[in-house]
Amino acid sequence: MHEMALAEEVLQIVEDAARREGFRRVRALWLEIGQLSSVEPEAMRFCFEAVARDSVADGARLEIVAAAGSAWCEACAAPVALASFGDACPYCGGYRLRVTGGTQMRVQQLEAE
Amino acid sequence: MCSTCGCGSAEVTFEGEAHDHPGPSASGALHSHSHEHELAQASAHDHAHDAFAVESGFAHTHAPGLDAARMLRIEQDILAKNDGYAAHNRTALRERGIFALNLVSGPGAGKTALLVKTIQALGGHYPISVIEGDQQTSRDAERIRATGARAVQINTGKGCHLDAHMVGHALAQLDPPEHGILMIENVGNLVCPAAFDLGEAHKVVLLSVTEGEDKPLKYPDMFRRASLMLLSKIDLLPHLDFDLGLCVDNAHRTNPDLAVIGVSALTGEGMAEWLAWLARGADAMRATACATARVERSDALPPSLARGSSGG
Repeated sequence: MHEMALAEEVLQIVEDAARREGFRRVRALWLEIGQLSSVEPEAMRFCFEAVARDSVADGARLEIVAAAGSAWCEACAAPVALASFGDACPYCGGYRLRVTGGTQMRVQQLEAE
Repeated sequence: MCSTCGCGSAEVTFEGEAHDHPGPSASGALHSHSHEHELAQASAHDHAHDAFAVESGFAHTHAPGLDAARMLRIEQDILAKNDGYAAHNRTALRERGIFALNLVSGPGAGKTALLVKTIQALGGHYPISVIEGDQQTSRDAERIRATGARAVQINTGKGCHLDAHMVGHALAQLDPPEHGILMIENVGNLVCPAAFDLGEAHKVVLLSVTEGEDKPLKYPDMFRRASLMLLSKIDLLPHLDFDLGLCVDNAHRTNPDLAVIGVSALTGEGMAEWLAWLARGADAMRATACATARVERSDALPPSLARGSSGG
């Protein structure tokens, strides 16, 4: 359940921002989670709700922005969509794919008061 | 809480050789706490600037009759802090010419058995030290120490993986010798350790042939981040319905560049190839560290000497 460790990292980023910017409460928080990242969005929601209890982000609305996975197919010499690792190139059916996007896990922005 | 740097790793415990955290005199140690605080301060400083620069471009929103709310742009990687510690570990290891590997697998793939055989075979040529990660017990570190190698055990408590901060602490305690090999045996888990960079040169994933050919497809994140897959327990192949070629194909679907070596710690089959892979990596790391040290020494020379002045 590494989402718990990741949720704690998210909370720390939020708490650092709260100290820096002097806000008391977070209403909403936007996370960008790539389709090919190591995060299961529902597990992240569950864990974040747990770790945020009694913090500035207690009860904050978590908006998870999905980022599509993408790769470069060496055989086709073309960019392709990749929904999950181990999938074949949709054009040639091959697997010589270099991941080019969709692995990110980022805190994008938050709404503070 | 850690009594040395005040970090709140309450559940994580370190059990190692009979020596304490190195004092200030061990300034050559890999992970000094002062560095760690410099790192923390430096990153906090950077973030403050980033946030200020970005936030100043954002208008605060004020809705009549409602509390003042504002949008703050953060744009920070969730793992930024771990990656900062990992970069620090990686630099310290490189400077000392230490070839560090992060060994990952499911529980019971044979990581510790392979390490014991590896140390017995290669320990005379390269100083090998080990960081052991498990939720509980120091059994693995004791098995390693029985070979004469240095080992530190990290107990993660309920944690499912090692992170770069824990490894930094373990490095300070272990103080691995220069120009050696450092093996970091991660918690047995094919999922969680994938996301956490520890500062290693490579991840090496072990998959025992009793586990099934489809593991690389079921747990692709780990296989795509590894440089080498060791197929362990290959002495059992005659007794199993395991398709080696299919397993390698599955691994290459997730990572076309993955190197593969089949090994048996029991019979020694494949060990020569694995040891040669290790020796190549360790030699290259040592050569890089020595070359860097030479450049730094020549930089430190007076300009006339550094230019090789004829003196005429």
